[in-house]
Amino acid sequence: MNKGLINPGELVDISVNLGGVKMKNPVAVASGTFGYGREYEDFINLSSIGAIIVKGTTLEVRNGNKPPRVAETPAGMLNAIGLENPGIDKFLTEYLPYLNQKGATVIANIAGNTIEEYAAIASRIESCQGIAAIEMNISCPNVKQGGLQFGTNPETVMRVVAAVKSETSLPVIPKLSPNVTDIVEIAKAAEAGGADALAMINTLLGMAVDIKKRQPVLGNIFGGLSGPAIKPVALRMIYQVYKEVKLPILGGGGIMNYQDALEFIMVGATAVSIGTGNFVNPHIAGDVAQGIQQYMEENHIKNINELVGIAVK
Amino acid sequence: MPSVGKGLVIGHHQVSDDMYEIEFILPAMSAECEPGQFVHIMPDMDNGPLLRRPLSLYDVDKKSGSITLLYKVVGQGTRLLTRVRNKDYVDVMGPLGRGFSLPGVAQNVLLIGGGVGIAPLIYLARALKELGCNIKVLYGTGTRSELVVFDKLRQIGVEIMPATMDGTVGYKGLVTDLLADKVNPSEIDFIYTCGPEPMMAGVAQFAKQNGIPGEASLEEHMACGVGACLGCARKLKAEDQHYIKVCKDGPVFSFAEIDF
Ligand SMILES: Cc1cc2nc3c(=O)[nH]c(=O)nc-3n(C[C@H](O)[C@H](O)[C@H](O)COP(=O)(O)OP(=O)(O)OC[C@H]3O[C@@H](n4cnc5c(N)ncnc54)[C@H](O)[C@@H]3O)c2cc1C
Ligand SMILES: Cc1cc2nc3c(=O)[nH]c(=O)nc-3n(C[C@H](O)[C@H](O)[C@H](O)COP(=O)(O)O)c2cc1C
Ligand code: FES
Repeated sequence: MNKGLINPGELVDISVNLGGVKMKNPVAVASGTFGYGREYEDFINLSSIGAIIVKGTTLEVRNGNKPPRVAETPAGMLNAIGLENPGIDKFLTEYLPYLNQKGATVIANIAGNTIEEYAAIASRIESCQGIAAIEMNISCPNVKQGGLQFGTNPETVMRVVAAVKSETSLPVIPKLSPNVTDIVEIAKAAEAGGADALAMINTLLGMAVDIKKRQPVLGNIFGGLSGPAIKPVALRMIYQVYKEVKLPILGGGGIMNYQDALEFIMVGATAVSIGTGNFVNPHIAGDVAQGIQQYMEENHIKNINELVGIAVK
Repeated sequence: MPSVGKGLVIGHHQVSDDMYEIEFILPAMSAECEPGQFVHIMPDMDNGPLLRRPLSLYDVDKKSGSITLLYKVVGQGTRLLTRVRNKDYVDVMGPLGRGFSLPGVAQNVLLIGGGVGIAPLIYLARALKELGCNIKVLYGTGTRSELVVFDKLRQIGVEIMPATMDGTVGYKGLVTDLLADKVNPSEIDFIYTCGPEPMMAGVAQFAKQNGIPGEASLEEHMACGVGACLGCARKLKAEDQHYIKVCKDGPVFSFAEIDF
């Protein structure tokens, strides 16, 4: 085939449908790593990103954890932000309109202490325009009472997903915690609760110690590990879930380039999310989407879906 | 507008036992730089640590499009940065943050730097000089060999008062003691400071006691550098509920905003 005669961009289709979310390309930016989008607008065209998953939002304002909140670790970083956010109402009135005006595809990320709180946030979002889907953080390891408990017990996972589903017509995407023994069991519970897609993985619980001060580095003691260090764990978990659960998967954990993203797609991710990578390269989302497209052109793959799960045996 | 780009290194020298000066060309970025802002730099694009390192603008030449940084080797990132050679490219993001405020009219200003904290005060001194300010610099380090920026300060044309802990040059002792001993507060309109926190706390206290306004540049560990990750949080006053973000709301804050 003489590729020179045809505009390469017209050859391949990199748009995807993630459980009802139409994305122009399969690359999203992960919650908590891209603020409300505006923080990065000088570096990347916000409307060109597959989806912007905004900072985790709770019903009420949260001030977050005491510092230090971040620490670098080998091939990764720990964070214990503690879900600092202005609350759902302020997000909807002050931050969302700007993203909509810029033409961004926005996925809200919600977190709560109780099932009722999750449902209440979902119903506020339902009354608004301009959000493509709800990602449920049932795995944030930082907030006492909430986070970890929801994501680690199959029964509660099913109930909280069902509660959110009943309040919204938007696609619902629970984000799974890797801090569990059997990820497939949790994924199945989310499916039973009515999830439209699954996001995985959130950060792995970890810590670091300052030997000079002889105390934990993070103010919160424990934090979530992200970055390249967690990529093998994420790939393994997505592989396992893809084999057992029918739902489309938004895969991420340590993606730093398009080759990493392709690994996730090949073990079953329909789309990918980039978190820590944004801190290193503020236009990584565009670079990765472009890299995927080029890979497809070079390998004569017309539709990205042909690659999804291709490495799964 | 901040940007991200690759700067061509045109100078990289060791200036003391553990401090280096690196100059690179990035005209678009250089044109946007204001004193007190910082850049987020990748020490090594291939084998380096994951995250960028925040370093203050030490000097900027908008005509030649260059940016110069002054850094102290403290860990893996800054150690790797020392290996960058002339004609290499460094990956830089910036300029970031809110810098120093500049006076509308010429004033008598006092700049107080400790150690590598002198870095942002050099570019600031250059800008203040252009505004016609009368500039006095108090500069404290451990010993003579650590006083590294004299040439630049002389070239800019400021009055320099050094302090060393061992007395090898200038005043013997802390720069805050030099301040209390030798500076007549009634001759100062505004104070700028950057250095170790206890030093800045002393400077801020002196300023408040004498009713002199001023600003300090703070540090906090960072990931994104643009206000997105909420990692560089800090309470400015003990009673505050809200955490400011040093990268976006600062790194420069007024003495009135901070309780050290
Ligand atoms: C706004 C700002 C401006 C700065 N300007 C200068 C400057 O002009 N010259 C200079 O020498 N230093 C400056 N620093 C400090 C400099 O960022 C650190 O010394 C550097 O990041 C250390 O990296 P490392 O890998 O060598 O050390 P390591 O200790 O190995 O670093 C480990 C991690 O901690 C972070 N870290 C360590 N120390 C600091 C610190 N003091 N502040 C923030 N993060 C830190 C690193 O970025 C890295 O993520 C500035 C810091 C800030 C926040
Ligand atoms: C600083 C920081 C803040 C985060 N905040 C959230 C959050 O509010 N909600 C959430 O669901 N995940 C949050 N995450 C997890 C990321 O969205 C992502 O799932 C995780 O970091 C793994 O991807 P990565 O290795 O590409 O960063 C956060 C991660 C980081 C590094
Ligand atoms: S470093 Fe990310 S908010 Fe300041």
